[in-house]
Formats: sequence, structure tokens, C-alpha cells
Amino acid sequence: MPEPLLEAREIVKSFGRVRALRGANFTVYANEVVALVGDNGAGKSTLVKTLAGVHQPDAGEIVFEGEPVEIHSPLDARRLGIETVYQDLALAAELDAGANMFLGREVMRPGVLGKLGFIDKQAMRARSRDAFADLGVALQDTSAPVATMSGGQRQGIAVSRAVTWASKVVFMDEPTAALGVVQTRNVLDLIGRVRDQGLAVVLISHNMPEVFEVADRIEVLRLGERVARFRRGDVTMEDVVGAMTGAITHDGETR
Amino acid sequence: MTDVSTKADEPELDEDQEHRPPFWQRLVAGSSTPIGLILGALIVVFSVLEPSSFLDSANARNIATDAAVLLVLATGMTFVITTAGIDLSIGAVLVFSGVVSAKMMNAVGGDNWGVIVVGLVVALAGGLGWGLINGFLVAKARIPAFVVTLGTLGMSLGASLVITGGVDERDVPFKLVTTIGTGRAFDQIPWLVLIAFAVAIFFGIVLAATRFGRYTYAVGSNEEAARRAGIPVDRHLIKVYALAGTLAGLAGFLSLARFSTTTIGGHDTDNLQAIAAVVIGGTSLFGGIGTILGSVFGVFIPAVLENGFVIIGVNPFWQEIAVGAVLVGAVYLDQLRRRSQYQR
Repeated sequence: MPEPLLEAREIVKSFGRVRALRGANFTVYANEVVALVGDNGAGKSTLVKTLAGVHQPDAGEIVFEGEPVEIHSPLDARRLGIETVYQDLALAAELDAGANMFLGREVMRPGVLGKLGFIDKQAMRARSRDAFADLGVALQDTSAPVATMSGGQRQGIAVSRAVTWASKVVFMDEPTAALGVVQTRNVLDLIGRVRDQGLAVVLISHNMPEVFEVADRIEVLRLGERVARFRRGDVTMEDVVGAMTGAITHDGETR
Repeated sequence: MTDVSTKADEPELDEDQEHRPPFWQRLVAGSSTPIGLILGALIVVFSVLEPSSFLDSANARNIATDAAVLLVLATGMTFVITTAGIDLSIGAVLVFSGVVSAKMMNAVGGDNWGVIVVGLVVALAGGLGWGLINGFLVAKARIPAFVVTLGTLGMSLGASLVITGGVDERDVPFKLVTTIGTGRAFDQIPWLVLIAFAVAIFFGIVLAATRFGRYTYAVGSNEEAARRAGIPVDRHLIKVYALAGTLAGLAGFLSLARFSTTTIGGHDTDNLQAIAAVVIGGTSLFGGIGTILGSVFGVFIPAVLENGFVIIGVNPFWQEIAVGAVLVGAVYLDQLRRRSQYQR
């Protein structure tokens, strides 16, 4: 069995009196799509944000490529090659698609101008357009503010951004929630392609048919703890839903 | 084309031209264009009504000189409001900087450029200090900018009164007044106007084309997204308030040069005038949208109205009513445009 790429061990995270994570475990392997499923309030988004450096865990350990790591900020996560598509997309609505694609990693103009702080908007737009074309995101005008775009287009920008910059792990928190049929298809195909490049994709979704279509493994969170993990093929949708609702507990038995 | 681009890039750049609307369309849709047209219309109307006096170069000089100090304030305010913040303290910081600058120049003594440079440095440092306090309290203590800058408004104005005992400092180096204050470059353009426009153009480029500007928009548009993208949001906010404070310090120095007194009681509404100018110019109070060009228009609309009303013989008190109406109208138009554009 290969070594896990990223492992969360006994993560505890409280917000005031709400205990969102109560010793949650989670395992990600390279070159796989793992679905993180659970009912509303199970702690999926909190777990992802903890691994992405947005939240700091109160207790527990994060192990990356066999080494314990501390992820204090999104920058730390980024340095490890971890990118995230947040549920709220984390786009700056007044900025254009290229600006969002390169948010926090602006391309500078070559030479003296770049040293003076000038950014290369043309280059960022051109490179963004290539990424959107590769990923099948249709934008008429890459210089228009993201606020003027449809939900699907915005989702496409957020997904493209994460996939473009990730080198190890991509977290996707409900990446198809706002999408139509064709765009959902695109994102699911994209998830497969990202995995085939050797990356790990962590997919958070409520949509069981979608999970069963793309996920190699499924891990189930319930009330802030991992209660089950399955390999696709070993399991039926009823089993997964049973684990989500507390009817079945299964942690660590099949792998 | 730059040396890093390859041949493969070229067709894509052509494609870019196709996908982006042509320049004139972007200009028409630009946020500062409608307000520029209003300013243009005002100038045309007054020119037609009173061509001999309004179109006079001396009159243009008057308008620009009156607007110069406000333009410097509005430039800093544009950055602050684009981050979805506000700075109510700039008028009081202007007064404080003028006071400490005048006191220092008198303490050093003399009437030469050395003293003037010392005065300028002290004025800028005074403004920077208050700006840093504003920035730290907004970014680190997370106190709303409205409250922070209302507090530093009181503190900086109070400090000015304590330092002067409430009496204006009227002793200013003569050389400062006759050069920067009332002098003209090439006997034509007042130095005040030249300095104010240089500041506006410089920071207009900073906002539009640099990473500092991009961060300013990003923080104002979605602070949380900026944070998650690894942008040092707190540090950037501190820099923006420090910039607004420093420009208020410069404005204080310019005001000192122009009036050769500290005018402690004369800047109570500078903050509101600057905010009005910035908002009239199309900068969004909700952050993420704004241009210095718009703020330049926003500064000159009240200035042109006031001057024009005097010249055509309308009671200049009407100017305040007209500016108020323009302010509300500008924001309403902005809301309408945004609603039609953003609802999908």
C-alpha cells in the first residue's frame, strides 16, 4: 500500500461552543480522487479549510508526504502544492477573470517596469485564456468583471485557478453546485484528467451519482469524525448514505 | 511585444483584441466617463453663458488653484474608499501637519530652501504618523474605519489646538509663499496646480497598473478572497491609510504655502468634500471599484460650479445645493448601471 500523500490525524476544531471537528481523520493518496461526503454540518468544509490553512486546528496533526507539517496560512498550503476551490469560490467580483486567476501571484512586467511594481495584465489575460480554453470554460470577455458572469462561468474560473496552480492536491468544495449539465460534465471530466496527471483530488459533494462516477475512494464524515471509508466498487449508495446518517459505521475496515 | 513572448503567443493576442470590446466601447462603459461628460457639459454651459470671463486663462487658473489641495486629499481618499474603507481624519491631519510644519520651520528659522525642505519633511511625517495609526487600528485592531478615523480626526485637531493654543501660526517662510504658494511655472501654471496634478497622475498610474493598485482593488472587492490568495491584507490596508495620511500631510504643507497661515478652523468639511469628490468620480463605497481620473472629475465639478455661479451672477450658495444633487445623482446612476450589469 502506498504512503498517504496527505493525512489529517485526530483533528479537533471548535468555533466557540460548536465542536465542528471532534478528532477527525482523513487520508489522501496521490493519483486518486477521494470523495469527502457527509450530511450538512458534518464538518466537511471545516476540515478542508483546516487543511488549506484557513483555519488552525485546536488539536491533531497534519502529515504531508510522511512529515508532520503545520499549515498556518493559505500561503503555507500553497507552498505544499495544495489548492482549494472554496464553496464561496473566493473570487474578487469586481476584478476580471485574469486578475482572479493570478490573484496573489501577479505576473510582473519584464525588466525595470516589473521591478517598479508594474503588473503584466496582457500576459495574465493571455495565460488565463489558455487555461480556460484547456478546461473548457467559455468566457466571451476575459476583461469583464467576474460579477457580470454567470454562476457557471464563475465556478469555472475558480476551478481553473486551483487546477492551474496545484502541484499535489486540489480540494474542491461542491464544485458543481452552481453548474448546468454541460458544465458539470466538464468539471467531472476535468477531475479525472487532474488525477491522471498524478495529483490528488478531494471532492466534496452531496451528489451521490457524481461521487460514484468519479471517486476512487469515499470517506464519510459524521458529526466531526470519520465514520467510514470505502473503495468504489466495494460499496453501494445505500451503504454510503447509511454511514452518513449513522446507520452503519465502518471506519478503516475496507481499504 | 516583449522578449519573453514566443511566436505561439501572437495569434492569441490577436484573439484578445477580438474578444475584448474596442477601446471606445470600454471608454463609454468606463466608470469615470459619465461624470467626465457632466464636467464637460458644465464647462460648455458656463463658456456659452459668459465666454469672456469664464474662458479666461486667469479664471481657469483660479479654479485649478482652488481645487489643488482638495485633489491631493481626494487622491489618497480614492485608495482608501477602493479598499471599502473611509478616512474622516484627513482634514484634521492636514491642519496638524501644517501646524507642526510651521512650528518646525519657525524653530529652525531662516527663509531659504533648506527650511522649506525641513518643513515639507515634517508635514509628510506628521501625516504619515496619523495614517499609520489609522491603518493599524483598522487592520490589526479591526475597529471600523469610520470610528477609527473619527477618533483620529478629534485627536489630531485637538493636538493642533494644544500645540498652537488655538491661535493660527501666521509666520511662514516668505520664500515658501512666493514660490510654491503663489508662484507659477513658466509664469503660467501655478506650482500648486502642477504639484497636485503630478500627485494625481503618479498615483493614478500606481492604482491602475501596479501590484499595489491590484491589491487595493482585491482587498476592497473581497477581503477574504484576497487573504486566501495569500495577499498580505493587513499590511496592505496599513499602507493605504498611511498613503492617505501622508498625502493629507502634503496637502497641509501646500495649504500652508498658499495661505501663509495654518487655517486651523478652515478644514472642517475637507473630509466630506474629498469623499464627495471621490464618490462623484465613480469610486464605489462598497470597495473594489475606483479610478483617480474619476476623482479628478469629481474634484473639479464642485470647483467649476462654484466659479461658474459667481461669474454668471447666481448666488454661490446654490453651489452647495447643486453639488449635493450631483452627488446623489452620481451614486444613483452608478447603482442603476451596476444593477443592470451584475444581475445574472
